[in-house]
Amino acid sequence: MGLIDDANREAYERLDASNPALTDVVFAKDVLPDIDKYTVSHAGPPITWERMSGPMRSAVMGALVYEGLAETREEAAEVAASGKIKFRPNHDCGCVGPMAGVTTYSMPLCEVTNLTYGNKVYIAFNESDIRALCFGSADPVVIPRLHWFEEVLGPAVKDALAEMGPINLKAIVTKALTQGEELHNRIAAGSVLFFREIAPTLVRTVGDRAQLQEIIDFLAPSDYFFLNLGMAYGKASADAIKNIPYCTVVTAMSRNGTDFGIKVSALGDRWFTSPCPKVKGIYFPGYSEADANPDLGDSAITETVGLGGCSMAANPAMVHLFGAESTDVAQDITREMLEITVGASKDKVIPNMNNQGIPLGIDIRKVVETEICPLINTGIAHKDPSHGQIGAGVSRAPLSCFQQALEAFAESLG
Amino acid sequence: MPIITEVWRNTYYDSVTLMLGSSMMEALPGIDEAMVLMGTDRNDTVIRASGLLADGCGEFGSNDIVIGMRADSEQAAREAIAELERFLTSKKGSGNRKAAAHTLDGALREDPGIDLAMISVPGRYARAEAEKALDAGLHVMLFSDNVALEDEIALKDRALEKGLLMMGPDCGTAIVNGCALGFANVVRRGNIGLVGAAGTGLQEITVLIDRLGGGVSQALGTGGRDLKEDVGGRMMDLCLEALRDDLATEVIAILSKPPHPSVVEKMKRIISTIEKPVVACFLGSDADALAGTHAVFAKDCEECARIAVRLSGVGLPEKDEAWIAGTAAREAALLAPGQRWLRGLYSGGTLCYEAMLAFRDAGIPAYSNIAIDADLLLDDPDVSREHTLVDMGEDFFTNGMPHPMIDLRMRVERIARDCAQPDVAILLLDCVGGYGTNDDPAGALAPAIVAAKDAAAAEGRHLCIIASVTASEADPQVRSAQEETLRSAGAIVCDCNAQAVRLAFAILDRLDTAEPVAENRVNALFAARLAIANVGVDPFAEAFRAQETPCVQVEWKPPAGGNKKMADLLSKLKDL
Repeated sequence: MGLIDDANREAYERLDASNPALTDVVFAKDVLPDIDKYTVSHAGPPITWERMSGPMRSAVMGALVYEGLAETREEAAEVAASGKIKFRPNHDCGCVGPMAGVTTYSMPLCEVTNLTYGNKVYIAFNESDIRALCFGSADPVVIPRLHWFEEVLGPAVKDALAEMGPINLKAIVTKALTQGEELHNRIAAGSVLFFREIAPTLVRTVGDRAQLQEIIDFLAPSDYFFLNLGMAYGKASADAIKNIPYCTVVTAMSRNGTDFGIKVSALGDRWFTSPCPKVKGIYFPGYSEADANPDLGDSAITETVGLGGCSMAANPAMVHLFGAESTDVAQDITREMLEITVGASKDKVIPNMNNQGIPLGIDIRKVVETEICPLINTGIAHKDPSHGQIGAGVSRAPLSCFQQALEAFAESLG
Repeated sequence: MPIITEVWRNTYYDSVTLMLGSSMMEALPGIDEAMVLMGTDRNDTVIRASGLLADGCGEFGSNDIVIGMRADSEQAAREAIAELERFLTSKKGSGNRKAAAHTLDGALREDPGIDLAMISVPGRYARAEAEKALDAGLHVMLFSDNVALEDEIALKDRALEKGLLMMGPDCGTAIVNGCALGFANVVRRGNIGLVGAAGTGLQEITVLIDRLGGGVSQALGTGGRDLKEDVGGRMMDLCLEALRDDLATEVIAILSKPPHPSVVEKMKRIISTIEKPVVACFLGSDADALAGTHAVFAKDCEECARIAVRLSGVGLPEKDEAWIAGTAAREAALLAPGQRWLRGLYSGGTLCYEAMLAFRDAGIPAYSNIAIDADLLLDDPDVSREHTLVDMGEDFFTNGMPHPMIDLRMRVERIARDCAQPDVAILLLDCVGGYGTNDDPAGALAPAIVAAKDAAAAEGRHLCIIASVTASEADPQVRSAQEETLRSAGAIVCDCNAQAVRLAFAILDRLDTAEPVAENRVNALFAARLAIANVGVDPFAEAFRAQETPCVQVEWKPPAGGNKKMADLLSKLKDL
């Protein structure tokens, strides 16, 4: 074994040994570095307002209205274009977010701690609606819901956690895998498992009966609430393998709707970017591929730690989304992902693939050698501002990101 | 355009299936827009905003499917709903998937019991793939050619360190544990163990052994260069030792072109440690090549098989010299004056070589693209002159083209061209079957034989077309069926290539005119369940499956998709 193989093995072991738990609910303004009202962090690699796609711009506008920096979306667009706003990637400040992933000053964030390694990451609550800020929706329900997160849901979850202690996310991820989910496209069981954990405590700790009803009404029917917690699970695990010398394992894959970017362990926080791929999928009634924005969101952090497309075999029905005839294709995809990863998890397994461990530790060398690019399960946002989610499907991470990273890695060794 | 809405009560399908259902409906004639969704609260907004909800469609709940359409007619909508029902209830796709991986690692994950890698990737990638296999503790059959000599030596040294078979490069034929590898035949299992440095020769001998009532324990290939001075018989040594120690092997047969003298000495030393009978066929060498050992010399494949079968304790039928004499007299009488030349158009290299040696021994000059005598080398392999024997499996012909044992088109074309020459009397053909080769080589040759004979007849000439089939009854092509096809087309069918050459001579006559290694894991392979990773050509995997030998197909691609810059970077980063 050489230096690289040893380093990659270390990364694989850490990914598998990670034990992320939901430990608290905090405010962005209190935990994110260098933040003020004019700081907007977003999904994907760095991007300017000028280059932002429709749904990303739309989400930024919504967030500025939410923060009270503008009265209307039109005014918000002017503020965003004025140069007053500091845009930065979520990934560069310890958080992640689905789709546009816009995270701002006043938002309550879930704090997820990797109990094995001590590192913390943050993520906003999932909006559990296709009319969501993260999809760039301009629907009137969006901003009141963000305020409700801030005033009702956030404090309630915080109090519940204080009462009951951390909620073990690794256990929920592991169980959901055995219940037909890969935790990126399908997260219904994960959401129910989470609800089952927290609901009894909420009943005890939320004093206001009407508020308790609102919370239960929001959480109980949500098929997606756990998406964000699964992402934080991914980020907390992946952050534990950052900056390992000689390590060629990917620590982040993310899209801002314009560019796709990856980070690699030994190369620290450098982004390697390429234009976002198109998403192959199916659409809600009335929409088609012509309406689709290119790939978007930090949610590919799930694939980075072996969930989502990597674990397609756990969610075989999903393959019909991109036109596969046979569900056998799901296992073929997971098998394919095992070709580009360092190893397979020892305890996070896919029962209908004879307890195959999920693929862990995407090695850029293997991606470049085999030209098998990570497959990503994803939602589809409308390319124009304000529409929200219009479908779901899959994309492939662009090979060029991995090739650039490999070149940079070789250069870094001299 | 009418809006038609239907609600299916208390029916559930997942959203992916329903979305596919609506796309399917939209593709139907007469349907402008369609929506199929569960009536959940979450979907409620979408459903109500769709404009596809007919007045009075009634209420729906979260366990109901809501179907809405804008259609040309009520009739079109009804048909679309019926189609949706069929779509939702039919089972899609098939459960048949062939085990496939993208890398050797993937194949081993798929089946950790794999013990042999069959590698047929382009030559310049072969060393890397073979190294991976050897490092994983796999025996290797390297079918690929165009592998550098130093790579061959390095690979074989690595294999010898681990006591593994490294058959090849350019190893076309082997039979391991009864499984035909590469171009090889399905022959009876028995007590004759073979090791050969020549592919079709090994096929010819194993098929003859089968036909004579004998059987094969193992047939190992070393690759054509193994017995040259540089490679020094590295693999021959290991194979001989393995056959020596193999209980199922009672007779050992060796086949190759003449080994380098230094290699012969090594072989003699090993043969002296073998108590079993040994028969050696060094095509083109002197009968005393192995003098001082108990090895029996055979001059060609036919003799080698006959001696081996005799030594193995099975009775053998006599050669039919009377048939040859009678056939030759009849054929010679049909030939016109001026018809004097023979053309041997071969797909099997060893068979061509065997014929060439017979010509040399008979003192009849024959031109060839693989001639030993430089004077007899064809200037242009594509153009025959006088007596000519062409190995059409040689690099000149196969560069970028499929091997003539797989694709017979080149040979068919050459048959027509050579037979059109009025001074040609005899056409010699091989017809090689077995796994990996063409499904029906005789069927491909037959029309060419008929056409050549008809064309000659139209000009008042007879053509003697002599063929032999290298295949067994158990081969997919079935020997007797191949022979019948050739016979029906008008060819004279001999039992083997050597006999075919003897018949040709009879017609022409009438015209006047390595050091032992510490560990040896080969015997363990013989005792194991054979499982193969097939890295490269897919038909080999089909062949393994047909023989019920477990096989994982590796969907091989060049590293980094052939991007040289990236491939160089990768190999630099590998050794860190």
